[in-house]
Amino acid sequence: MGDDGVATAIELRGVTMAYRVKGADYTAVSDVDLSVGKGRFVSVVGPTGCGKSTVLNAVAGLLTPAAGQVLVDGEPLRGLNRKAGYMFQQDGLLPWKTVLDNVAFGLQLRGVSKSERADLARDWITRVGLAGFEDAYPHQLSGGMRKRTAVAQSWIGDPEMLLMDEPFGALDVQTRQVMENELLTLWTGSEKTVLFVTHDLDEAVSLSDEVVLLSAGPASRVVGTYAVDLPRPRNLLDIRTSPEFTEIYRAIWSDLRDEVMKTYERTSEGDAVGAER
Amino acid sequence: MSAPAKATPSAPSADAPAKRRRGRKRRPAVLITQIALAVVVVLGWELCSRNGIIDEFFFSKPSDILSRAVDWFATGSIWEHLRVTLVEAALALVIGGVLGLVIGFLLARVEFIAAVFDPYIKMLNALPRVVLAPIFLLWFGLGIWSKVAFGVTLVFFIVFFNTYQGVREVDRVVVDNARMLGAKEGQLVRHVLLPSALTWIFSSLHISVGFAIVGAVVGEYLGSSKGVGYLISQAEGTFDTTGVFTGMVVLSAVVLVVDVAVNRVERYLLRWKPVQANHIAGGQ
Repeated sequence: MGDDGVATAIELRGVTMAYRVKGADYTAVSDVDLSVGKGRFVSVVGPTGCGKSTVLNAVAGLLTPAAGQVLVDGEPLRGLNRKAGYMFQQDGLLPWKTVLDNVAFGLQLRGVSKSERADLARDWITRVGLAGFEDAYPHQLSGGMRKRTAVAQSWIGDPEMLLMDEPFGALDVQTRQVMENELLTLWTGSEKTVLFVTHDLDEAVSLSDEVVLLSAGPASRVVGTYAVDLPRPRNLLDIRTSPEFTEIYRAIWSDLRDEVMKTYERTSEGDAVGAER
Repeated sequence: MSAPAKATPSAPSADAPAKRRRGRKRRPAVLITQIALAVVVVLGWELCSRNGIIDEFFFSKPSDILSRAVDWFATGSIWEHLRVTLVEAALALVIGGVLGLVIGFLLARVEFIAAVFDPYIKMLNALPRVVLAPIFLLWFGLGIWSKVAFGVTLVFFIVFFNTYQGVREVDRVVVDNARMLGAKEGQLVRHVLLPSALTWIFSSLHISVGFAIVGAVVGEYLGSSKGVGYLISQAEGTFDTTGVFTGMVVLSAVVLVVDVAVNRVERYLLRWKPVQANHIAGGQ
């Protein structure tokens, strides 16, 4: 972050996000301050319904804050964040395009010639381990393969920053670990800034340089920011058993647990609006 | 109504072989029963007619219908009528389709226009379309255009509603994803909204084609000088039951052929869709 001499890629200043649900104003997050250094991998964790995705959508420019400011590379964000690639919770693949055309879609939108974008797309398809599936349609792929396609789709445009909204949430545990490992391999040395949203603390700690904890919703705030100074490169398949990992995990978990309990109590009372966007 | 002669060698997807295997096991029994049923009905009809159990004047008989059909095709008199009917249907399909697509798109994208036109669209759709045929005859004359106009009113609403639905129900995530990948408004329409609407339109292609043909035939029946509908109405006017039945049989045979062609087109256009969804439309 700013204090260790790295420029700030993403900064949120007193951001409040609100929208109307069934005629009532609902404040998803309130007064969030957050800053992500260039080239850092930062995760946002919090209990279900705490507005993690809303924060991400604000950074993407898909939603506009009710108050506060989103700064991208020091500039206030207007409209969509053109420097960011976005990986959605459910992938946004176009069902009528093949894997190849889906991966090349971003380039097509930019007007890259057909042969050039096909070459680049093939390259990326191989990188994410989907060689041979260029002509398959999304419905013919498994969940993991669809995620790989989505990874290639968002990385091919070489965005400076990547926003990921629980990208592996729907996968089974094994596939998920493999995908996390591959994501880390892809990211290492890429100098891309990553803002990663998850409810899985384990995933957050093992991937990130820094974990930001949001309080229970509605009107969530930042509870704390925790540095994860585990050495890189990391091997995700072993890292979870190391004592350092356990120590950091435990420190964050004691705070997260309180927030989870609050959410749980609220939902069991039945007055929490669990909407998450 | 599956054509048993075709065992579809071009199975496009992975689970198709399984389905085909099941189909093959069942097919002989189904086929035999189908043929038997046809034989019983046709033979029964013929015999009842010959023995005076049913009145030949009102019901004709299969042998007469067959010889009449052979006659029509042998002299070639039927081709002109078929051509006219199919041209009318095709024009109705294209014009109604384009109008439905454009207006459906407009209403789905611009909330204000949708709100303004909503009651009128509902009202027009509620109107039994047959009552429009006389007015179209007055406006467009006895030629093909009155039939095309009539077919358009039928096709338009199907395409319109499907486009409207297709554009509105496009997955939010797909749209956001395309926007994050850099799609501008125009590109969003071309790459996301239009394909989504076309999916809906293609899935309703059978209905649209059916209605286009209905429009043409009913229009001809009410007033024309050519077409299969005209043929049937002429036969009716001279109490020629055989002619009426032959017109019906020829028409259904043609519609069946068109349907097979539509099936092919649809299967090609929607090849990216999961099989289950495709199967509903596919006859085999």
